Amino acid sequence: MSQLRKSLWRGALAAAAVAGFVTSAAAQMELKIMAPAAPGGGWDQTARSMQQALTQSGIAKSVQVTNVPGAGGSIGIAQLVNNSKGDGNQLMVMGYVMVGALLTNKSPITLEQTTPIARLTAEYEAIVVPADSPIKDAKQLAAALKADPAKVTWAGGSAGGVDHIAAALFAKAAGADATKINYIPFSGGGEALAAILGGKVTAGISGYGEFESQIKAGKLRLIGLTTPADKATADKPSIKAQGVDLEIANWRAVVAPPGLSADQTKALTDAMDKMAKSKEWQEILKTKGWEDSYVSGDAFAKILADEQARTKEVLTSVGLVKS
Amino acid sequence: MEAFFSLASGLSVAIQPMNLLFALIGVLLGTAVGVLPGIGPALTVALLLPITFKLDPAGSIIMFAGIYYGGMYGGSTTAILINTPGESASMATALEGNLMAKAGRGGPALATAAIGSFVAGTIATLGLTFLAPYLVDIAVSFGPEDYFALMCVAFVTVSATFGDSPVRGLTSLFIGLMLGLVGIDILSGQSRLSFGVPELYDNIEVTTLAVGLFAVGEALYVASRRHIVEEKLEPVRGSLWMTKEDWKRSWKPWLRGTLYGFPIGALPAGGAEIPTFLSYSTEKRLTKYPDQFGKGAIEGVAGPEAANNASAAGTLVPLLTLGLPTSATAAMMLAGFQQYGLNPGPLLFAERPDLVWGLIASLFIANAMLLVLNLPLVGLWVRLLAIPQPWLYAGILVFATIGTIAANPSPVELIMLAVFGVLGFLMRRFDFPIAPVVVGLILGPVAESQLRRALSISLGDPMVLLQSPISATLLAIALIALILPFVMKGLGRFKAVED
Repeated sequence: MSQLRKSLWRGALAAAAVAGFVTSAAAQMELKIMAPAAPGGGWDQTARSMQQALTQSGIAKSVQVTNVPGAGGSIGIAQLVNNSKGDGNQLMVMGYVMVGALLTNKSPITLEQTTPIARLTAEYEAIVVPADSPIKDAKQLAAALKADPAKVTWAGGSAGGVDHIAAALFAKAAGADATKINYIPFSGGGEALAAILGGKVTAGISGYGEFESQIKAGKLRLIGLTTPADKATADKPSIKAQGVDLEIANWRAVVAPPGLSADQTKALTDAMDKMAKSKEWQEILKTKGWEDSYVSGDAFAKILADEQARTKEVLTSVGLVKS
Repeated sequence: MEAFFSLASGLSVAIQPMNLLFALIGVLLGTAVGVLPGIGPALTVALLLPITFKLDPAGSIIMFAGIYYGGMYGGSTTAILINTPGESASMATALEGNLMAKAGRGGPALATAAIGSFVAGTIATLGLTFLAPYLVDIAVSFGPEDYFALMCVAFVTVSATFGDSPVRGLTSLFIGLMLGLVGIDILSGQSRLSFGVPELYDNIEVTTLAVGLFAVGEALYVASRRHIVEEKLEPVRGSLWMTKEDWKRSWKPWLRGTLYGFPIGALPAGGAEIPTFLSYSTEKRLTKYPDQFGKGAIEGVAGPEAANNASAAGTLVPLLTLGLPTSATAAMMLAGFQQYGLNPGPLLFAERPDLVWGLIASLFIANAMLLVLNLPLVGLWVRLLAIPQPWLYAGILVFATIGTIAANPSPVELIMLAVFGVLGFLMRRFDFPIAPVVVGLILGPVAESQLRRALSISLGDPMVLLQSPISATLLAIALIALILPFVMKGLGRFKAVED
């Protein structure tokens, strides 16, 4: 009881303090953020965390989160492009997964039709093997793939998603035929993890967070993360540093509707810049374990275009997209 | 023995007044959302997550567990009274439960559901306390080929829902299997039978189909017959409470339902639907009153309802021991743990025993609360049936529509609801059983994807289905279950001659 009351008090005090410091001129934005997914998923959590950070720091007067679930975001983006044209208060959360989903779903709406605003967070992919696997590092996994890519079974998330793409890129970097990889998609919800723990597959690939507690408990062996070589640490080795040229991150970002004026785009970008630096947002990143990968404006637009080109190439090579 | 001490210390966490209050809020919320079709416990937990962020971890996780158990109770109430299963897991309950309600036995049906849920929930939570570490090893060793074999067992037993004619039953089942093909194929990532409609990419929602077929179809059917026969429902005929005979017929199904629900719920891809249907068909086969099945047999409510709740406890086995969320609600509870920087898994028991055992202890408490909450309400709930039919069914239609929109705000979803409603009406009109359609939609995609995964892992060798001992055993059970009725029939004839 006392603990609860204390934390409520602390929250109220913090809110009061924030409200006192923020100038009223800045707090005029009334934002709407769409999460193109059902409540609870990664995009929804990002949208709701943004709502929390933006209102608590006083950058926006109010933030409304809406959910438009379906087809890896294809339905949400269609609604953004068709119904919100020129609306300078509307944002949509999206991520790397949407890049692939739009391609495999042959969506008539593309990301080029949106206004890129900023990339917010990133999560690196981790490759693991069961604890009793003979494979010890990325080199040995690469050698096994090169010998016969079909015999190395991968467990991961949905077909065409970031896990699948990362597995294909690993095979390619290992010098194996990426079209022959034996990738087995699972419908999330821990099913893939169960298959890896049960030794049903050679390797598993997913966001590091999915595997973390199993790695620490010694039930899975971490082969490496898809981080840049200089970001490797002793307990989080980088795959690139082990000589397999693979670097990929599952990032999340925000985009705005098409048809915005330069002023509207700048206002949204400024709001995101401020949010990214705010104490509230940094606090959220820490508790959620999200890596800060903030990039806004033209730099983000370039990343978006590059990732689309790379993803299209990979998905075509594994046969999910017909060129 | 160690588990006992841990549980006792957990109990001391759970009975703190604040945590008791959280458990109560949880079960009340859970019951409420369970009653509404479409709004399940998963959605509720998702919406509450940001609000509970400031609360202390034990309290909010206890509340989530209350919502989870409460949702399982609430779903069965609407299934029994108005033939609208709140979620797919209470579909089997609707089959006999609603017939009982129509025969004026809604009271005993609700009571056996509530008490059965309590019994099953308590036993399963005991199982979670003492068997979790052993069960989890088996659960993890369950591979795709084993799941496929389990689906074969389920397919053989769904015939219990077929009614009188196997041909009509199979027709219904195949409609369901066909609907199961709609959407993006999980293994190849390509869409099938979705005709370019993006809303169909995510497969057909089970609740939309179930609500459409059961609730909307029923409403249309009743409306179409009003000018022919005015059906007058008597809310209570006989005793409102369970008679001695009801008890006698219920207790074994409760236990058997628990035996199905808990282990299958503990499997990472087990779910709640399969054990409820396995339990239904077992009870139908074992009952001493086979003529009552199809008219409202209490065993058909007691068994599936127990299985439903036991599987909810089973789901917590992989969640707590491995950090594997195996249902939508469990996934949200995992997110709940993670927002406090806690990672469920092998280390959680060691790092935060107070939290884990507090949660388990509060499951016992939530269960008891639900029983206390639900039994007195039985009398109130059955009054619902006294509402004049036009009002009642209009209310059901509103309910069904709101629930569907809440779960999936899209016009396409509503059109689907209407189409399934008409389908449900036509099937009733021409005497086709409805449950197999939903069963087909649930089992079909699972069976297909697990078989293809198994073959993909074995590099195309079908022998993998016989090499795994679990799979081989389950396939043998399926075969026996398929042949047994014919053998029994032969024996029965033999016996009849002897008499």
